[in-house]
Amino acid sequence: MSTATATEARTYPAYSRNLAARLLLNREAAVIVGLVAVYLYAMGNVPFFDGPLTIFNLSKEYAPILLMALPMTLIIITGEIDLSVASTLGASAAITGVLVVEHDLSLPLAALVAILVGALLGALNGFFVAYVGLPSLAVTIGSLALYRGLAEGLIQDKRISGFPEGWQDWPTERIGTSQYPNILIPIAVLVVLFALLLHFTSFGRGVFEIGLSDEAAHFSGVNVARTKLVLFTLSGAVAAFAGVYVALKSNSVATDTGNGFELKVIAGVLLGGVSIFGGRGALHGVVAGVLLIAVLNSALQLDGQGSEVIQIIIGLLLVGSVIASNFLPRIRALIPRRAAASTTAPQTPATGDETRKVSQ
Amino acid sequence: MTTATGTEGRTAPTLELRSVAKSFGAVAALRSGTLEVAPGSIHALVGENGAGKSTLVKIVAGVHRRDSGVFRLLGEDVDFGSTADSKSAGVAVIYQEPTLFPDLSVAENIFMGRHPLGRGRRIDRTRMYDESNALFARLGVTIDPRRVANGLSIADQQLIEIAKAISLDAKLLVMDEPTAALSGNEVARLFAVARSLRDEGRALVFISHRFDEVFDLCDTVTVMRDGAYVSTHLVAETTEAEIVSRMVGREVAELFPKTPAAIGDVVLDIQGLGSTGEFHDISFQVRAGEIVGLAGLVGAGRSEIARAVFGVDGYDEGRVTLHGKAVPKKQPRAAIRAGMAFVPEDRRQQGLVIEGSVARNIASVIRGGLAKGGLLTAAAENKASAPWASRLQVKTSALDMRAATMSGGNQQKVVIAKWLATDPKLLIIDEPTRGIDVGTKAEVHRLLSDLAGQGLAILMISSELPEVLGMADRVLVVCEGRLTADIAREDATPENVMAAATRSAPTAPPTKEPVS
Ligand SMILES: Nc1ncnc2c1ncn2[C@@H]1O[C@H](COP(=O)(O)OP(=O)(O)OP(=O)(O)O)[C@@H](O)[C@H]1O
Ligand SMILES: [Mg+2]
Repeated sequence: MSTATATEARTYPAYSRNLAARLLLNREAAVIVGLVAVYLYAMGNVPFFDGPLTIFNLSKEYAPILLMALPMTLIIITGEIDLSVASTLGASAAITGVLVVEHDLSLPLAALVAILVGALLGALNGFFVAYVGLPSLAVTIGSLALYRGLAEGLIQDKRISGFPEGWQDWPTERIGTSQYPNILIPIAVLVVLFALLLHFTSFGRGVFEIGLSDEAAHFSGVNVARTKLVLFTLSGAVAAFAGVYVALKSNSVATDTGNGFELKVIAGVLLGGVSIFGGRGALHGVVAGVLLIAVLNSALQLDGQGSEVIQIIIGLLLVGSVIASNFLPRIRALIPRRAAASTTAPQTPATGDETRKVSQ
Repeated sequence: MTTATGTEGRTAPTLELRSVAKSFGAVAALRSGTLEVAPGSIHALVGENGAGKSTLVKIVAGVHRRDSGVFRLLGEDVDFGSTADSKSAGVAVIYQEPTLFPDLSVAENIFMGRHPLGRGRRIDRTRMYDESNALFARLGVTIDPRRVANGLSIADQQLIEIAKAISLDAKLLVMDEPTAALSGNEVARLFAVARSLRDEGRALVFISHRFDEVFDLCDTVTVMRDGAYVSTHLVAETTEAEIVSRMVGREVAELFPKTPAAIGDVVLDIQGLGSTGEFHDISFQVRAGEIVGLAGLVGAGRSEIARAVFGVDGYDEGRVTLHGKAVPKKQPRAAIRAGMAFVPEDRRQQGLVIEGSVARNIASVIRGGLAKGGLLTAAAENKASAPWASRLQVKTSALDMRAATMSGGNQQKVVIAKWLATDPKLLIIDEPTRGIDVGTKAEVHRLLSDLAGQGLAILMISSELPEVLGMADRVLVVCEGRLTADIAREDATPENVMAAATRSAPTAPPTKEPVS
């Protein structure tokens, strides 16, 4: 008898929704559509937006944000956060400046030192989060101040400028005759690498699992602590790389270089559909999220709006997107039900099928 | 409250459900649920995994709203929009999976939302602790009401849910597989409490995959299949075979078909394992082809031993060797690489990433090997997981469904599939069939037996005595963190296993043996 059931092979479709629904009914698609819409609107309606410098300046300006958003995506998917990236960027810019301008070190060597120090600073965050078990919010608020202090200690209130002539102009030169600066080449490479790491490796699957349930991940043999350490280290290294770029781009370094960047980075990541609770997100969404902020910013500026208006609009967009991602699944769940049915969350946590905030 | 009467003279049933339906998107979880429970009765609800029992329970509890059908409580039409509504209407529910708040104390969990208040409307903690202790005494267990819920074993969590529910003074008590993680003693106590509630005129609904319990405790039984009502019987007038065949729609093979296998070399060797406060001086071996059962009371330390061996927890002394090689402490990954697999007791928190898809869960341990040139694709995961889902007859509409949407038994199958896919040398399995229906249970037992036949060493923890006696080549009994007996298959009887399990326990021996 039981052998009869054993041979009854079941087959399973891989997906419960069709390809179109999977591709279109998600946050990433919504952000990409939003980006294209804003871009096209600005091209047609905002004066000078279609000019030759817009894309060039925008890329130059937002390159460090996009860079730092890449490891930040993975960190937020594990349910952690790194608030110290902008300070790491500042420290790295200061190191580069001091080594090159004051100690006449060659640029590649100085950059290497800066990136190594950045990785170390990131690893320090990671150590406290992963091995000591402190909350990343607390740890990185501390290191936000600490690493900024490091930059201040290095350059005091001077402003380091005057990088020697040479290939330090390379990042901001154009690729051939295009509208794009060279820095987009390493960015493209990193985007691809991070996308592969997150979506096409066992390590990346572990990142999602940790965000959904670090206990279950631990029981499946995922090294939760080491994964987090690696991510924070990567975050430090990439922020430091961005710091080298910023130093060269502006040809000067001050103690406030990169101040406040962390908020733009996190805004881009969340706008791109990554859940602040962890466990959900995709890299292409984040790229679109950062670009959406960049395009909006530049369009509003060209339109003559003041910075407060821009801040308000981007803030509203972010709040709106977080609300939307929390309520859309509930609204969607409502549709097939009776009209009268209200969504009442069970009083008890997770009674079997209660969805977490992360859905899809 | 006036009891509404239906047709003359007959008192209304406490609970009445007629043709209740509930769908989740395209999935019809419940097509036509019917259940009528009289006051002063214990009514069993049985059905295969995914038959819709828990969905029905959640409708009664106000977790879900039904799409259609009649739902009456004490003769009055009701429509609960939340669990608070059902609670105030006199319904207490023990869910299949414990739902405690991990950061609150045990007592706070029990008195959630109805804390006893003292002077100045402050929470009267002393009273809360006293009442919790009284409840636990009634259930015959000792749990410290002051400790936080986090870290309690599944059985203890289940007992707390039971204490919470019986303290509610409900007219209707619904219990969704309350005994799945409990051993004989606790089950006997729970049944005593249930009977006294019945004698007070309350109505009880009892869901279980263990038929001996159904026949022991209940007076009426309703069978469900594929989301629909099948039949209702008086327990006294039916047989297990009849219930099973109505439930499954076919005959089911005998339950514990462990076939003798050639016992080979030592695979797992444990010497002097100890962890302060948990277990001491544990030494035993498991050989290839052998199933070693770890029996004992809930809280004896069986799961703790298993967790230490696999390395999710540490230990203070002793060593673990697999095939003669030392297994490093506290490194699950190293244990997996050495050939261990571990099905933990708590599938929601530990066994599964509950919000993850079926395919990703099944592939979650083997995925490193599925990568080509370091790159892993969803297609590779789907391809590798589908045969295992099929082999364990997992019921799901697609491989990308979240594990959270599946019935409890089907979730358990996914955990087993995930570990069998790793092709282990040693399988540690904590409550292998918790929440699994008869048909699949026989299937899982047959699978374990087959795997042992192919040389797999199996260390099985089970609170179900018939399962241990039927499956194990050797029964090790744990009592209060120490091994108290090592009994060969031929010599193992319920009596000598239970005696060893309670050897040093100061409490009285069980009054009744609910599992034979
Ligand atoms: N939230 C949900 N979304 C989609 N499908 C669901 C959801 N909840 C339950 N189901 C489906 O409904 C069916 C019935 O599930 P239910 O949990 O009621 O079964 P059950 O009889 O309690 O089974 P078990 O004995 O395994 O606990 C299952 O096939 C399950 O996959
Ligand atoms: Mg169920």
